Amino acid sequence: MQTFDLEAEGLRALNSTLHAQAANTNQTHWEIVNPKGSHAIAVGLDAPIEVNIKGSTGYYCAGMNKQATVHVHGSVGPGTAENMMSGMVVVEGDASQYAGATGHGGTLVIKGNASSRCGISMKGIDIIVHGNIGHMSAFMAQSGNLVVCGDAGEALGDSLYEARLFVRGSVKSLGADCIEKEMRPEHLTLLEELLERGGCDAKASEFKRYGSARQLYNFNIDNAY
Amino acid sequence: MCGIVGLFLKDTSLEPRLGDMLTDMLITMTDRGPDSAGIAIYGDETAGNAKLTVQSSAPETDFDKLDKDLRKRVQGKVSMAVKDTHAVLSLQADQVAAARQILAEIRPDVRVMSHGSTLEIYKEVGLPKDVADRFDIRQMSGTHGIGHTRMATESAVTTMGAHPFNTGIDQCLVHNGSLSNHNSLRRKLRRLGVHIETENDTEVGAAYLTWKMQNGSTLGEALTSSLDDLDGFFTFVVGTKDGFGVVRDPIACKPAVMAETDQYVAFGSEYRALVNLPGIESAKVWEPEPATVYFWSHNAAPTAQEKAA
Repeated sequence: MQTFDLEAEGLRALNSTLHAQAANTNQTHWEIVNPKGSHAIAVGLDAPIEVNIKGSTGYYCAGMNKQATVHVHGSVGPGTAENMMSGMVVVEGDASQYAGATGHGGTLVIKGNASSRCGISMKGIDIIVHGNIGHMSAFMAQSGNLVVCGDAGEALGDSLYEARLFVRGSVKSLGADCIEKEMRPEHLTLLEELLERGGCDAKASEFKRYGSARQLYNFNIDNAY
Repeated sequence: MCGIVGLFLKDTSLEPRLGDMLTDMLITMTDRGPDSAGIAIYGDETAGNAKLTVQSSAPETDFDKLDKDLRKRVQGKVSMAVKDTHAVLSLQADQVAAARQILAEIRPDVRVMSHGSTLEIYKEVGLPKDVADRFDIRQMSGTHGIGHTRMATESAVTTMGAHPFNTGIDQCLVHNGSLSNHNSLRRKLRRLGVHIETENDTEVGAAYLTWKMQNGSTLGEALTSSLDDLDGFFTFVVGTKDGFGVVRDPIACKPAVMAETDQYVAFGSEYRALVNLPGIESAKVWEPEPATVYFWSHNAAPTAQEKAA
């Protein structure tokens, strides 16, 4: 295992070292110590490596991730795993606003709570939150799955497209064009797999599903150019 | 952008280190606000006395014999401690109003930064590190304090545009965000006779709170009504004689992190600002909720009141 002291060696050295890892690298396990809330830790990775961050991070941790597994042993700042393409990001603590925003693929697991705008404009990522999520989560979400074992804040799923939202607890309010939908057997199967992937101690049958009513302007074919 | 830091000490043994800890927190927030910085410190109190922290762009001439000149006119005790462009005038609390009038007459270019029994406000244009050095903030002790690093978006980079703003006796305000209805609110407040000096949006926010409290609101009520009357983005931290409060607008896109241990309650725009505080590894760390007014006080239990949506 490779250990990297971020405080001693600096962010640019860290990210360029991680970027230099090729698909067949034999340095597959990395540990980052002294993150101290720094921004942009382990962004833009593109190799099947595992990175363990020992502490809390600032903005944009593990952004644009491809292939890699990034495990944060602490809490994360705004924009974690933003625009993730593939791979996995696990946060042991809480996540600040817009976690997993615009993510195209991969899995983001948040073991604490996520703040506002979680999964905003998500495009295929799976986000699994053990705790609660804040207001305006999954705003304009286009594809992928958002699983919330706790409660959701105001305006969940506003202007939603085709993403699926599963919430176990209460929803403070639904956003425009977001409605509760029937939980069919295929959704239960999908949710069971997501809960297992996220390491959640919850039963799929306890959740409700929310999705788009498809009534907004852009869903009407007569409004197409 | 802008950065905010705040530190409220529960453990009195940390009080001699307040200025030092706040300075470190402030400097960490330099890249959120490199154009000016300010700090409000709640320090010692002398019974019956008040402090006026004043500022001048020509301190050599303006502060020359200022204490003597004031003493002669108010006919009471006045002492002065000069720190760079600022000076702290200590005088009898019941003579402050008279002294401010006289000050405007005999030193028209001197500006009052703060008025309080324990509060002192220091702010200037420049890098946070340089501002803290100029006023020797590291050496200051106190019970609690608030700092601000500014990246101006709404008005000019000037001393008077820097934060904190004094909103009332022993009260101050710092702001991260931008108010979008500050012009109309400024016109309204000016019509009502409220003095607003600059084109700065936060000064309007501060004047709004002052005006509300002059008309009978408590600070908590004034902050709650700010959620209705102020349009735009804001995370506010307010200082009072015995504590501090936090409120974020309902959208809450301006970041805020809090940490609490048995020794202190700390606020930072980012977690980075808090990482060197003692015992941070085991502190309770969380984000304050939107549209919720929080208070910590030396004299009462902490409160968090959510405003009904």
